[in-house]
Amino acid sequence: MPTRSDSRKFKTISRRELLKLTPVLALGAFAIPQLQTPLLKGGLGFSDWASARLFRSGHLAPTFDESELTPFDKFPINGYDVEDPQVDFDKWTLTVSGAVQKPGDYTLAQIQALPKFTQITRHICVEGWDVIGQFGGVRVSDFLKMIGADPTARFLTVECADDYYESLDMFTATHPQSLLCYEMYGMPLTREHGAPLRLSVPTKIGYKQAKYLTDLKVSHVLEKAGYWEDQGYSEFYGL
Amino acid sequence: MATRAIAIEDVKTGEEIIAVYEHPFVVRLCHWVNAVALLVMVGSGLQIFRAFPSFGAKIPQKDLLNWPKAFALGGWLGGALQWHLTFMWIYIATGLLYLGYQIFSGNYKQVLFVQRDLPGVWPMVRHYFFFGPKPPVREAYNPLQKHAYTSAIGLGVLSVVTGFAVWKPVQFSWLAWLMGGFHWARLWHFLIMWAILAFVFGHLVMVVLHGWSNFVSMLTGWKKDPEYRTEE
Repeated sequence: MPTRSDSRKFKTISRRELLKLTPVLALGAFAIPQLQTPLLKGGLGFSDWASARLFRSGHLAPTFDESELTPFDKFPINGYDVEDPQVDFDKWTLTVSGAVQKPGDYTLAQIQALPKFTQITRHICVEGWDVIGQFGGVRVSDFLKMIGADPTARFLTVECADDYYESLDMFTATHPQSLLCYEMYGMPLTREHGAPLRLSVPTKIGYKQAKYLTDLKVSHVLEKAGYWEDQGYSEFYGL
Repeated sequence: MATRAIAIEDVKTGEEIIAVYEHPFVVRLCHWVNAVALLVMVGSGLQIFRAFPSFGAKIPQKDLLNWPKAFALGGWLGGALQWHLTFMWIYIATGLLYLGYQIFSGNYKQVLFVQRDLPGVWPMVRHYFFFGPKPPVREAYNPLQKHAYTSAIGLGVLSVVTGFAVWKPVQFSWLAWLMGGFHWARLWHFLIMWAILAFVFGHLVMVVLHGWSNFVSMLTGWKKDPEYRTEE
């Protein structure tokens, strides 16, 4: 049975119930320009934190059959600046620095002496498109052993001939499918696809798979996350 | 089901009105926070879609629809992703809080569409869309409403699941596989947004048609003079 109340008392009850909803107004903070940027940075940071938790070193990205390959000429070329930064292949070396026992310049032949792996994996762009490509190269983890990288180091950063720069967390860098890639579709890398050496990391979004590598640094702290990260994209962006 | 009800006596006229406590606090909180989050997810999602307004292969790219920027949020792809990857947690959190509350409080019985509601759907459809007679109102939600709200919750869950398939196609590769692959996951995510928007449109139309007292009930929890009577 309904209990009785007069309309004044009911108004008080209703008002109290309405006031309980005031926490909803906190969402208005997102409309304040000075707060919006830090709040969204925080949200993106939280997503990155969650991404890192979801990442499993032993979990492989799906691999595909040769029949599922995107034709080589349909593999998009997304350079941020130039498609061909005019790398001089004869003089090219990969300059290694940071927390490693053997820093210095490594030639392509030295890198190619490591065990070669090929994989057919999906390459996903942050824009939303994707292609299935074949990538060949050496495992980043093998290269890190060769240069005597500090096993407690947490990041790997690369610089590129087109002034692009990128970084990988060490868990991703040492994933078995993370390659220093010098071949695509069984052919040496073309200039547009990042010759002579690029990253192929099928557990990451496309912009983290830098092309035209020139420098590689192993570090304990992340100094520069990456070009697109500096524009506001996710730092981790694991798939 | 038992609903808290009071009889209100108008202090001036002495007239008596019944009021029913229809929406518990957690439901109202989740409703409004989720409504804002949904709006942000749709706006930022459409901006993300603008970066590649297509499904399938990049080349040849056929733009499915170039979404007008006026309805998009974030300004550019990176900005939209920040909004999307921030508000998805708010969207998920309110969804989980709502579901948890409904289940543990038993309040879900008010809104969950069950087999017993089935016979009542057609009479309501006939009333709403074909000028049929109005079926008697016995509960807070009629069978068609229950169907709509239960579907909306289901769509909300699907929007999150398909979203995770698009965001984490490697860690949740099985999810993308379940949806028919990465391209399909992206398409499902998009279509589910439209289904949710269709619900929102119908929902808003009904809110307008049902008037002020009904609207206020989602703010204060109390609905004055409901069409149905409750027994405690």
